[in-house]
Amino acid sequence: MRDIWVGLFVALGLLALTLLALHVSNLLSLPSGKGYFVTAEFDNIGGLKVRAPVKLSGVVVGRVESISIDSKNFRAVVGMNIESNYSIFPIDSSAAIYTSGLLGEQYIGLSPGAEDAVLKSGDRIALTQSAIVLETLISQFLFNKAAEGDKK
Amino acid sequence: MMRPVLNLLARIGQGVMEALARLGRWFVFMLGLLPALPASLLRPRLIVDQLYQVGVLSLQIILVAGAFVGMVLGLQGYSILATYGSAESLGVVVALSLVRELGPVLTALLFAGRAGSALTAELGLMKSTEQLAGMEMMAVDPLKRVVAPRFWAGVLTMPLLAALFSLVGVLGGYAIGVGLLGVDSGSYWSQIQSQVDFREDIINGVIKSVLFGVVAVWIALFEGYDCVPTAEGVSRATTRTVVNTSLAVLGLDFVMTALMFNV
Repeated sequence: MRDIWVGLFVALGLLALTLLALHVSNLLSLPSGKGYFVTAEFDNIGGLKVRAPVKLSGVVVGRVESISIDSKNFRAVVGMNIESNYSIFPIDSSAAIYTSGLLGEQYIGLSPGAEDAVLKSGDRIALTQSAIVLETLISQFLFNKAAEGDKK
Repeated sequence: MMRPVLNLLARIGQGVMEALARLGRWFVFMLGLLPALPASLLRPRLIVDQLYQVGVLSLQIILVAGAFVGMVLGLQGYSILATYGSAESLGVVVALSLVRELGPVLTALLFAGRAGSALTAELGLMKSTEQLAGMEMMAVDPLKRVVAPRFWAGVLTMPLLAALFSLVGVLGGYAIGVGLLGVDSGSYWSQIQSQVDFREDIINGVIKSVLFGVVAVWIALFEGYDCVPTAEGVSRATTRTVVNTSLAVLGLDFVMTALMFNV
């Protein structure tokens, strides 16, 4: 009798662990590990974090793997791992940092270019667009308003 | 004139000596138990019996506590998140706080109260009725026969209980958030899946609970094995088990969180 209970308990516990792994965490949506690594330089990455998604047309194709600073030109270097079944990006593709929703998490949106050659591991995406920082936007707006006021 | 000062000094000295002696006995206990651990794996029957005592009988309190903690997290999280118009993130709040912190820690605290105290009392009573000494007389090593199976059972039990606690909690949060407060069911799960990382959150939570299991069982067994073999001694040892385990788990949790999650 006790054996049955112990068996049930261990089975339940293991089932809970599996459910947590499969249903609660992103184990299934993780990239398969095999992928290729590309970098991009940004003037400002805003609140981008490691593991943020990299999306093409809203579909997650990879994850941000590293964020560092280029010590020569003081720009942020974002390294991302893109799944190998998406090795379709033309070499002149561009990367931009967007925010999902007004206050949501930030992610990298890729937009494909037109070249025939595709991005390979270690390549650098040349065309980038920085994150929109709300404070800069507001101060620019106020500045413009003030300038308009001066003209009148 | 000098007497109170000398008395105070003597008391401090006594306390230090007692603490050092306890530390020494703890170390001897540890050195004795370590070689007994592999040997006890050869008799799984004893471990299964203890799994019933330590694990199955703790299920009730763990499941009920997990469900209610999840439900409270759902209520409180919703009322705060709703003010910022992001009630959809309720799932993330519930799941992350359970998997990372509340699951392992609360399970360990409940385990100390439910199973740790029982282990201490059992061992203490065995000691005070001289069952342990009797075993030694028959050339049966009580560390191998009595203590080691209980150790394995506790260490195996803890991660399973913590996983059940977290899962039931997430479901409790779901029941409140989706069932009662009208958060969208799809976004509850999809937000959880996009924010909870397998390696970073789930695995670290399991590592925490295994370590808490080792600490909780170790303290419980040591206090029982080391108690003064009288009725009062057993009761004191049981109290010490619960208090020391709770303090150790809470302190350790802070250190491990600081090491694991670079906030």
